[in-house]
Amino acid sequence: MLDTLKSRIYQGKQFIKDIQNAPMRDQFRGFPILKNANNVDLQKCVDVCPTGAIKLNPLSIDMGKCTFCSACKNACKNFCNSDAIDFSNYYKLSSTKRENLIITENMTPEDYEKVAIETRKEITSVFSKSLKLRQVSAAGCNGCEMELNACSNVNFDMGRFGIDFVASPRHADGIVITGPISKNMAYALEDCYKSVPDPKIVILCGACAISGGVYQEASEINREFLDKYNIDLYIPGCPVHPLTFINGVLSFIRDKK
Amino acid sequence: MTNWVKTKNNTKINLADIPVLDIENLRTEVKALNKRPVAFFGKDWGNGNVRLFVILADDTSGDLYVSSTIFGNLQKSYESFTQDIPSFHIFEREFYEDFGIEPLHHPWLKPVRKNQDDYTFFEMQGEEVHQVAVGPIHAGVIEPGHFRFMCNGETVYHLEIMLGYQHKGVEELMLKKHSNQLAESIVGDSVIAYNTAYSQIVETLKDIKISDKAQLIRKLALEMERAAIHIGDLGAIAGDIAYLMGASVFGATRTLVINTMLEFCGSRFGRGFVTVGGVNFDLSDEIMEKAKKTLDKVEKDVDRMVKTMLKNSSVMSRLEKTGTVSTERAMETGLVGMAARASGVPIDSRFDYPDKWMEKLNINKKVFNGIGDVNSRFKLRYKEIKESLDIIRKIFKELKNLKSEPVLTYSDNDFTKDSFAISIVEGWRGEVVHIAMTDDNGKLSRYKIKDPSFNNWFGLALAVRNNGVSDFPLCNKSFNLSYSGNDL
Repeated sequence: MLDTLKSRIYQGKQFIKDIQNAPMRDQFRGFPILKNANNVDLQKCVDVCPTGAIKLNPLSIDMGKCTFCSACKNACKNFCNSDAIDFSNYYKLSSTKRENLIITENMTPEDYEKVAIETRKEITSVFSKSLKLRQVSAAGCNGCEMELNACSNVNFDMGRFGIDFVASPRHADGIVITGPISKNMAYALEDCYKSVPDPKIVILCGACAISGGVYQEASEINREFLDKYNIDLYIPGCPVHPLTFINGVLSFIRDKK
Repeated sequence: MTNWVKTKNNTKINLADIPVLDIENLRTEVKALNKRPVAFFGKDWGNGNVRLFVILADDTSGDLYVSSTIFGNLQKSYESFTQDIPSFHIFEREFYEDFGIEPLHHPWLKPVRKNQDDYTFFEMQGEEVHQVAVGPIHAGVIEPGHFRFMCNGETVYHLEIMLGYQHKGVEELMLKKHSNQLAESIVGDSVIAYNTAYSQIVETLKDIKISDKAQLIRKLALEMERAAIHIGDLGAIAGDIAYLMGASVFGATRTLVINTMLEFCGSRFGRGFVTVGGVNFDLSDEIMEKAKKTLDKVEKDVDRMVKTMLKNSSVMSRLEKTGTVSTERAMETGLVGMAARASGVPIDSRFDYPDKWMEKLNINKKVFNGIGDVNSRFKLRYKEIKESLDIIRKIFKELKNLKSEPVLTYSDNDFTKDSFAISIVEGWRGEVVHIAMTDDNGKLSRYKIKDPSFNNWFGLALAVRNNGVSDFPLCNKSFNLSYSGNDL
């Protein structure tokens, strides 16, 4: 017992105090910065993209498909001799609109932040201080799942904002979907959604959930659920970083100041 | 040796060199050779024929034996191997599911990942007997799977695990559109292991030589992954016995390791680190120096917490003699990796199928005398964390001598035609086996993946027998198996 208490004192406090302005390491690959000032031919970059996230004329990257692998950046540097594509360490990538995730040339994180999340009165008035979520892994690879678990650890401590993952859909205000949604999970996912009492929200978490990601062409997936129901929040990443998730949800449930 | 072709890890062989025996002959040969099966899978061989490949591994000499048989389009059954060698059970189930060729007298012929509607559960009758059904969606934030317990009061007689919810068609997709990014998204907690296995197999089939430095950095990343997940799992085990101090401290300690990984390559799980031809990121002196300091702290913190925990009698009473899998059972059912080692089966493909670095860096296999309970799996994790950190330190030292080497080799080579290669990487769960074949156009024609979980799920089912149903989460966490790796 005494040793346990000693450990507690030794460990001290480790939570990130100001989560909305938490610093991120430079190496992190987040918001893409596109600048093709010299109009270099970037076909090579398009070819190496595993998910077809990059489009030319005009140049754009779809963060809903992007795995942030930086294959395009490397190809750009090595084959096109250009630095048209780069990734900043800006991590607030979430948006309430699918089309917002498509980043075009010369767009800055500040521009993005202004339009990315549209707050709605009916959401902020009800969920701003408490949001309980049921997570459904629908063929997720365990990458996003581990990061969502990390949101509740002592560093990120998401619970202090009233955001929690709960065991039963009956206790939840909405669901968080990870993975490309396999045929075998389609029924269970819809069942879970229907078990959540109204009003409820749906959050898509990670490239696979938003667009199918690297599994877009897989034969055993079934994404009909997404056509049937309204999606409230898209959180890009592969996997989603805990800071991306927490900040995305916070901006969604709180009034903009 | 005309009935087998002998090969090594990451070695290319001609498809034409693989013998074709008739099935009875193959059966006799498999029994005679008496080695551990690492693969047993079919491939469509045209005109309604199916070719079955068998790969056996000799864990003492590091040799791999490959042979095959062809089933004609009218031949729809054969006498199952499982009757004589139980560790073939899951392989034969998979083969039956994929190709409809029935292994006769198989004791447990149930779906593996497809045809879930056809699944019938084992049932017991009796007044006190009841069933508990859990899943596919579990209480926590984890992957989906269905568990069915046959209980008598609080005691579990039998657990049946029905998987397949994660099935996406990965092997087929690998043929259509293979990439490093897809490889590392197959099992998202074993990013480095999967991506290394895939990269090695492509390099083998394309004759690409990667630099020493790249090899070492891959090895370093693999040990980082092992250390990070094991620390996280110690925390998860602590959480499941309601020792929340352990859960919090190990969680925070794991953060240090994965954030170091982020500094190496921009991703906490090492995504984008490994690529065909080497690695995408070099490690600067500055980053290595910082990492070394962080990892020293990690080791100190893990030491401290593990010792505190193991001194606590309320902790030990939950860990000891819970979820035991005996050595005999582990051998018989063919457990691999960490779960096997915890049960006293000393297989570890890092040492059994070594590359040149194991000897050069003087890394030796230290046998762990586990008895197969949760306590053994807990302590084994602790031991492996220490070993991984030790290997990482050795690699840091070695990398100092290789400063001028490139980390990435560019190549336009095509796949060699009509070839076959096996790549085994010891991920933190155990052996990740990738097998690839090319056709006469130099295209991938079959890609087979075997995750350690494929062998070990059955081990979990055995572990919970005669335990309280409330100990299931604890047993489950102590194995921490992959659903995606099984369902593909």
